[in-house]
Amino acid sequence: MSATSIADVIGRRLSFTRSWSVRIGLIVLAFVLGVAFIGPYFAPYSPSAIPGIPFSPPSHTYWLGNDYLGEDVFSRVLSGGRTVILYGALATLIAYAVGGSIGLLAGFTRGRLDDVLMRAMDVLLAFPPILFLLVIATGAGSNIFALVLAIAIIHVPSIARILRAATLEVSVRGYVEAAAARGDRTHVILRREILPNIWGPIVADGGPRFTVSILLVAAVNFLGLGVSPPTADWALMISENRAGITINIWAVVAPALMIAALTVSINLIADAIASGLGKSVETEALRR
Amino acid sequence: MSAPVLTVTGLRVEVEDGPLVVDDLSLDLAAGEALGLVGESGSGKTTVAQALLAYTRPGLRITSGSVQVAGEELLGRDERELRRRRGRLVSYVPQDPSTALNPSIRVGNHVHEILAAHDLDDDSDERVTSVLERVQLPTNRPFLRRFPHQLSGGQQQRLAIALALVCDPQVVVLDEPTTGLDVVTQARILEEISRLRGSDVALVYVSHDLAVVSSVADRIAVMYAGRIVEEGPTREIVTAPRHPYSAGLIASVPDHVEPRQLVGIPGVAVGFADRLPGCAFASRCPLRIPACEEAVPELAQVGDHHFARCIRWESTLLPRIEPRHDELRAAQKAVLSVEELEAVHRTRQGTVIAAERISFAVEEGACVALVGESGSGKTTIARCIVGLHAPSGGSIAIDGRPLAPRAAQRSREQRRAIQIVFQNPYDSLNPRRSVEDAVSWPARSLLGMSARDARAAVAVMLERVRLPARIARRYPAELSGGERQRVAIARALAAKPKVLVCDEVTSALDVSIQAAVLDLLAELRRELQLSLLFISHDLGVVASVADRVLVLELGLICEEGAVRSVLSSPQSPYTVRLVTAAPSIAAPRA
Repeated sequence: MSATSIADVIGRRLSFTRSWSVRIGLIVLAFVLGVAFIGPYFAPYSPSAIPGIPFSPPSHTYWLGNDYLGEDVFSRVLSGGRTVILYGALATLIAYAVGGSIGLLAGFTRGRLDDVLMRAMDVLLAFPPILFLLVIATGAGSNIFALVLAIAIIHVPSIARILRAATLEVSVRGYVEAAAARGDRTHVILRREILPNIWGPIVADGGPRFTVSILLVAAVNFLGLGVSPPTADWALMISENRAGITINIWAVVAPALMIAALTVSINLIADAIASGLGKSVETEALRR
Repeated sequence: MSAPVLTVTGLRVEVEDGPLVVDDLSLDLAAGEALGLVGESGSGKTTVAQALLAYTRPGLRITSGSVQVAGEELLGRDERELRRRRGRLVSYVPQDPSTALNPSIRVGNHVHEILAAHDLDDDSDERVTSVLERVQLPTNRPFLRRFPHQLSGGQQQRLAIALALVCDPQVVVLDEPTTGLDVVTQARILEEISRLRGSDVALVYVSHDLAVVSSVADRIAVMYAGRIVEEGPTREIVTAPRHPYSAGLIASVPDHVEPRQLVGIPGVAVGFADRLPGCAFASRCPLRIPACEEAVPELAQVGDHHFARCIRWESTLLPRIEPRHDELRAAQKAVLSVEELEAVHRTRQGTVIAAERISFAVEEGACVALVGESGSGKTTIARCIVGLHAPSGGSIAIDGRPLAPRAAQRSREQRRAIQIVFQNPYDSLNPRRSVEDAVSWPARSLLGMSARDARAAVAVMLERVRLPARIARRYPAELSGGERQRVAIARALAAKPKVLVCDEVTSALDVSIQAAVLDLLAELRRELQLSLLFISHDLGVVASVADRVLVLELGLICEEGAVRSVLSSPQSPYTVRLVTAAPSIAAPRA
């Protein structure tokens, strides 16, 4: 491959950064991730130290004031991002591993296996998600991993449906037929021929889904069923400090803004990548 | 010649802020005359066809020139004025009637709609009837109340032609009107079109298919890279072309009446963006001299009403048309044998028999063709052989050993022995895998080679299909259709098969590329003693490559024998119909 064509490929891969919405998304995302993962090292106080008077407004010593116990809000915002992001990401990844496998297998094999898998997904789909989550949470106690798993299970049926539809479309293509005629094993065909061609729907679907996971983790934490005090957590902070919202509004708004910034930026980026993938397919179609 | 009804002068169409798509095109056409506009994909023929109605696809722009129909200028008018003239002066029949007709409008209303749009609601019902009668469509109530999807492909195309005739236009532009139709249906539509010529309508017939065009057109204009390179009377163009491109094109058209040795044109057609100064064909031309690359040649008069855009037209050789070297050899042992094969398709509505009592054998190094129209079961038979469709009866054997119904149940050796190449080069390669990856994989999975050895073998395979080794790092999107099909063949060869199943492998390619691919397959047969099962609907192609042919009708073999005898003296009524319907360039319009 010549130098120009390498530059070409890289240019094509990165071309999505040309749009403003993506640039803003990337900057905001980098900021939020920076706060969540590097922030704890810069926190002026320990997130569980109680240095001040509860609900005091921002001052020179406590930039965002103090919360319901008198803890430093600024330090807790810096420390409270990791749990939400990690658990959200973990739940999303598990959901894709399970739901994706089911969707690929159902879409590729069709026939009886497809029917069995998809009816099973319909059963899962019948549970109202929040109710399901609350049942698991009360059953498992404050076990965050049970909750992560429960959030993943909530996602599984819809991921399976979306990827099944995408797989159905790709599996009638000549290259998939050629692989089947060579007698390639099912998992080889799924990995080599089908998966690389359904990244578009996966990315388009993955962004919003990650934000839903984060919001579910946040919801569970807000209800006090996930991580428990004194751990700093953005969602938990909103819940803890809502009584004092009239006295020190920042104790609620700061963590809420962080969650909002995170979800919005992820969606901006995912949308652009997905439409970029769509575009490269379109230009290919135009060349024909 | 009477006064022209259509006069095009100096037409130029550009991509907005981009290259020229059509450069300085001039044409004229008399009433009752039919002009064939021929070109390969990307030659700009559809752009010209649409420009004749003062229309361009979004992104294109007509920048200069004039299009006059019956003395009225069409270019430079606003959309409202144009709308009144389109249909009345000049009308258009698009390529694919299944997408050109509005699926939610009934047959009768399609006609009414046009009458209303042109304020011609005089005696509507009678008018509708007469319009449909003109193209021999039924005119009864139930038919008028049908939706387009309830019509056959041929009826849809007739309706599209009828709609173009509603307002009695002076000129009708037909853009590939028979592409995608079965030969028998195509022959009927062509008959219909020929009949129109009796009624003083001037026709512009746009097509990639020289054989079809030569059967309907009085004159042919050959386009290449946005310019007319040659124009003249049909018979002269077909028998004595003066432009090297036309000559190459004609030498690459397969024919079933006179089976010939096909000669492809080397190289790939240039795109508009990378057209160099000078003659666009120079890079592929056997007669190229330095002067060719300096300036675009003018159209030179080379005969009566015959023009060629070539400075060396006097040296252009007549197309080398040699009868096919016959390669029929003594019967050898069969590599692939199929006996009493039966296959069905199970749908919700019930079971459809796709193939019944199919028995044949393919000998070592032989090429056996399966011919039939769509729905004849030829593709299903191919899929049974490669193990993609489980037959419901009969047996398939390779080297005398029976094969399991599904590829996954066959031994690695058996899977290796049969490889398939598919029809559509645009979806037979995985867009996310490089050529090297695609071609090396079968050697790894079917020959058990290591990844390193398999990659090393890629260059050999590419050479075998006449592709440069540097193509290995490319992705399918960076390749032309012909290149992709070669890669698909290389991928099949990488498994070192005994039998190559070719399912309509050239039907999506331009003729000059098709000829080269067919030539490649013939060479592979000779070099590798490869056996071919060649599936096609095109009798001309079959006549050029196959030794033996099986004609399929609705899942049954209705005739089989040596290619030459089947095509020259067909016995079954179905074969007779196919052979008479197939267009032939050897019998152009007088």
